[in-house]
Parts: sequence; C-alpha cells; structure tokens
Amino acid sequence: MQLKRRILTALFLIFAGSAPVLSGQEIEYLKVPELEQILNNRDNKLYVVNFWATWCSPCVSELPAFEKISGEYNKDKVRFILISLDFPSQVEKQLIPFLKKNNITMEVAVMMETDSNLWIDKVSPSWQGNIPSTLFLNSRKKIRHFHSEALDEQELRKLVDLYI
Amino acid sequence: MKKILLLATGILMMIKIVSAGGPYKPGDIADDFTLRNVTGSDVSLSSIKDAKGFIVVFMCNTCPMVKAYEERIIDLNKKFSGKGYPVIAINGNDKNVSPGDSYEEMQKLAKSKGYGFQYLYDDSQEVTRKYGATNTPHVYVLSRKDGKLKVEYVGAIDNNSDNASMADKKYVEDAVNALLSGGQVAVTQTKAIGCGIKWKKT
Repeated sequence: MQLKRRILTALFLIFAGSAPVLSGQEIEYLKVPELEQILNNRDNKLYVVNFWATWCSPCVSELPAFEKISGEYNKDKVRFILISLDFPSQVEKQLIPFLKKNNITMEVAVMMETDSNLWIDKVSPSWQGNIPSTLFLNSRKKIRHFHSEALDEQELRKLVDLYI
Repeated sequence: MKKILLLATGILMMIKIVSAGGPYKPGDIADDFTLRNVTGSDVSLSSIKDAKGFIVVFMCNTCPMVKAYEERIIDLNKKFSGKGYPVIAINGNDKNVSPGDSYEEMQKLAKSKGYGFQYLYDDSQEVTRKYGATNTPHVYVLSRKDGKLKVEYVGAIDNNSDNASMADKKYVEDAVNALLSGGQVAVTQTKAIGCGIKWKKT
C-alpha cells in the first residue's frame, strides 16, 4: 500500500513537472492567424487585450493594475489577455521568469511573428507600434476601442465598466 | 449654402497643403530644425551642405528596441553618409519622465559607443511632435531638392528587430538605395513595435 502510494506520488510529480504550465496557465504562442482569431472573436464578453513587453518599463508598471482588476470581474464577462512582444529568443530567459517573479496569473500570450508590419494594422490602423497599448473588444456590443497609452487603475476600471 | 461649403472645403484643403505640420507622411515637405548635438553645437539640416538627404532617426538612450537596432543605425551611417545620406539621430524623450534620456547621458553614450552621426537633443519635443514620431526607433528618410526636404519613407528600419541577420526587408537601406539610383522608393511606410516616446507630463 505504502509503495503504491509512493509510486503514484512520484508519477504525479514527474508529469506535473513536465507540463508547460505557469501559475496554472500555459503561455500561448501566437502567429498572425491566432492573433486574428482573438481580434475577430464573436464571444459574448469583453476582451481586454494588452500589448506589452518585459523590456518596456511603463508596460511593466501598469501590470499590477491589470492583475488587480482582472480579479474583480467574472471570467464569463471579461477576458484579459496580455500579449507579450518580448523577442521569441527571450521567452525562456526573460519572460517566463518575469511572470513567475511577479505572480502574473492572467492569460499570457507571446507574439512570435517578428515582422510586426504584418499585423500591427490588424490590431488598429491608427497604432504606430508604441507600447503599452490596450485594445478593448466587445463583439456583441460592436465595441472596438484602441487605447495607445498606459492605463492606471482608475482609467482601466472605468473603461472595463464602460465596455463590458 | 453649397457655395459656402465648397469654399470652406477649398480653404481647408489649402491649409492642409500649405502647412508643413505633421505627422509627416511620405510625400510631405518637412520642416528643417535647429537642435543641439552632443558636442554642444547647434545643428540644422540646412547647415549640412553636401547632403542629398537625411536618415532622421528618432531614438533615445534607454529603449531596449533602440539597443537592438544600435549597431544597425551605426551601420546605416557608415554606409550612407559618404554617399550623401547621413544619419541624424534625435532624442525626443523628456528627461523628467525618463532620467536616463538626459542630455548628459546622451553625451556619455555617444562617446562610449563612438556614434559617428549627429545625436541631437529635442528638449522641447517640438520636432518630435511635428514629425509625428510615436516610438523609438522611428525613421524618416528625407530627400533634399532646391532646399526643400521631402519625406520619402517613414517607419521601421527593417522587418526583424530580434535578429539583424534574419531581416529580409531592409526598408531604410532599400529606400536610400532607390533614391541614390534616381528611382522610386518601393515601400514608403511601415510600422514597428517600439517604446513609446516619453512625453512631458503637463
């Protein structure tokens, strides 16, 4: 009995350790088609899509506000997605440790298409590529608002309440 | 009523054509400017007599995206300044918002990296605002004819910020080469991810 338990525990730990999970979530690797799926979603909820990178200090500064506010809303009503623009070569070395260290529990994706000219306009034709920037999408309410600056807690909560 | 509308539209169109305010798009005539460089001299584009045009790069000391492109910016100057298209770098970040982007830090950086190009300080952010730069790095290739500065290309340096050797669309090089050979610039405008300009807080 003791041995069986030990084996089971060991097996569990082996599999748990090898799964690509991060705080209970996987990092999604996006190319343009996957990004388009997010941008063209027809879901019955508000999407808050934040474009950021670990190397962008105003991006990093606004993350705690996103983390806090994402916890205040029902996941059936609002989906927060952080799309990282860290270089693909820096995901293991930089992004993953950063997320662990800062206890980021939100959904995180990485844009793997390095030719940003191929997709910037799809997010918003007015976007020049500066980060941080956040896209608010609510397909049911026909809302598409692109905010090309950093957001503080107050502003973010106001916009989520407005577009939800 | 129709006549008034027509007149008003006509006036608005004239204002648009005549004004040299940005944000600049390819085809626009750009304003010259006078800004201080890291050695303390005031530099204007008209003072650079033998240039056929300019590779104006809005950059700064601190942005990691600029760091990723630093060698390429230095290389652009090495490649083209002798052919009449020098790099003119401008730092338009506010030092209060971003202390690492102060004039003193610019001087240190230009010296330590051996920048062979003009690195100018846009203290008031007027030039940055006028040109319409939104992030760093952000390039404007200008040609000069009869003293007029024409915007020929706006946007990114190439299509791979992560890996220079994997960039297969070298937008700025291609634009300048086209201009040097008397041809048309094929790709006149692109976009790229970068750090937002650090605007002054009012």
